Amino acid sequence: MSLFPATAAAKAADRRVPKSAPRPASRGQRAAYGFIAPLGIGFAVFYFWPMIQTFYFSFTEFGPFGGHTWTGTDNYARVLRDVTVWQALGNTLIYCGVGLLALPLAIVVAALLNRRGLRGVAVYRALYFVPFVTLPVAVGLVWNWLYNGDFGLLNEILGWFGVDRHYWVSDPSTAVLAIGAVMVWSTTGYYLIIFMAGIKAIPRDYYEAAELDGAGPLRRFFTITLPLLSPTLFFASVICMIQSLQTFDLIYIMMGEKNPAVGDTQSVVGLFYKWAFIENAQGAAAALAFLLMLLIAGLTYLQFRLQRKWVHYG
Amino acid sequence: MADRRRLDMGSVATHLVLSLGAVVMVFPFLWQALTALKSLAEVSRVPPTFLPDDWNWSSFDEVFTALPFREMLTNSVLATAGRTAGQLVFCSLAAYAFARLRFRGRDLLFGLFLSVLMVPSSLLVLPQYDIIQQFGLLNSTPALFLPGMFSAFGTFLLRQAFLALPKELEEAARIDGAGSFRIFWSIMLPLIRPALAALAVITAMTAWNDLLWPLVVNTDPETMPISAGLTSLKGQYETNYPVMMAGSLIASLPMLLVYVLLQRHFVQSVAFSGSKG
Repeated sequence: MSLFPATAAAKAADRRVPKSAPRPASRGQRAAYGFIAPLGIGFAVFYFWPMIQTFYFSFTEFGPFGGHTWTGTDNYARVLRDVTVWQALGNTLIYCGVGLLALPLAIVVAALLNRRGLRGVAVYRALYFVPFVTLPVAVGLVWNWLYNGDFGLLNEILGWFGVDRHYWVSDPSTAVLAIGAVMVWSTTGYYLIIFMAGIKAIPRDYYEAAELDGAGPLRRFFTITLPLLSPTLFFASVICMIQSLQTFDLIYIMMGEKNPAVGDTQSVVGLFYKWAFIENAQGAAAALAFLLMLLIAGLTYLQFRLQRKWVHYG
Repeated sequence: MADRRRLDMGSVATHLVLSLGAVVMVFPFLWQALTALKSLAEVSRVPPTFLPDDWNWSSFDEVFTALPFREMLTNSVLATAGRTAGQLVFCSLAAYAFARLRFRGRDLLFGLFLSVLMVPSSLLVLPQYDIIQQFGLLNSTPALFLPGMFSAFGTFLLRQAFLALPKELEEAARIDGAGSFRIFWSIMLPLIRPALAALAVITAMTAWNDLLWPLVVNTDPETMPISAGLTSLKGQYETNYPVMMAGSLIASLPMLLVYVLLQRHFVQSVAFSGSKG
């Protein structure tokens, strides 16, 4: 990419600058703090202070007329005992699992687009990316209409193949998967671009040498593309997991409030929103948000541990 | 000869698979537009018609009378502009210091700033709401973009771009007696224009698409952005799909237009976010 000519160069530059400044505060140092101050103040007000506050809130209960009282670990106990929490957690893990399917899809498309001399690569890339750019609320409404049980296009098309009419988003047994499919549909283009950039960095010679040795396209994919792409795939899977564990928009818009499958599809962030801003259970909501952060941190750590087993650094 | 023909067959098959995928990606939007132009009676027909019997634009009018859609669009534009401008200013200033200046505690501070990336946004929503309330800014445009003006991702992205610039540029300017801000503003900043553009498009997209935060701070329809506005349109027109398709089309078109015009920058910003690994 021309934008960041070399991460290696950046890393080298990183090394050139000494780790800590040996001299006492000079005019140059003060200038540096001036550069950082605006962002630092913003972070302090809107991120660091709220982090501390949420942590505090999670041990308190909000009174009906403002103010809060210390309740110790009651909120955590309530969260862990609540069946809807476990259901939301289960749903969120399903969304995460289904959402990860975007990765193999994107890799296959990226590998197809890597075919030598293929025309129209930029056009395909542009089209596959459109769902990602589109407002998620609009995406949700469009898919609601496609999934509609009575007049939806999906039932019509499946009908040609003899599949029975189905109420995809109001039947609890299909709702989570139906929403998960939309998540995959809207993120594949994003990962496609990431993988295309990764594949571009693989030297062409490898493919040519393999071809001379008589390796077919499948063989080349599994012995060259996939291993050399594994660092990118690792990064993408971390991002994908973190994003899908926080999923909210699509579910909120696709389910609405009257849908009978609301409880069966609710995500952890959806439940947080309901507790914090509809049911006024801020303390429990804060505890829930904290547990979500721990879950994300734990799963990310796990991914970093597991990467040694499958990520190939050339 | 035989080999070339096989290659061509392979090309055709590749195009076939890729086009099928492209249809899956784009057809829902075509269906959205066609539905918006049909009457309610027509979309309730089985089997569905493909093209509208007669092209009916009334759903678009209805969107604007049902909700303050014009104000909502304006709110979205302002929220997007405020958040993008804020990030460009605050992140580039800090990123320059982290990349090119030496000062005590630099690495520690940078690590602290990056930690913001790890925290799910839902964790911060409650106290952020309280702060906005204390500022007396609930149901206002600044409420929509204030917290989003400060970004760890943006700082990280621009720092990488600053790091890649040669050191000699600054040294020459410093010998000529230019101060830090002068060097930053007139020498370094113009050189990372591609990175600034990449940050601008990705931030604009995030801001336009944001839902949870606006739903929380701006509950008054006149102050909602278009994303939150669409959710109330859904509440009002539970089964009137032509109106909902018209509304969602209007709401997503501005960002799609930006995408068409600045596609290269979108691709670059995403490709960059992937090269972190």
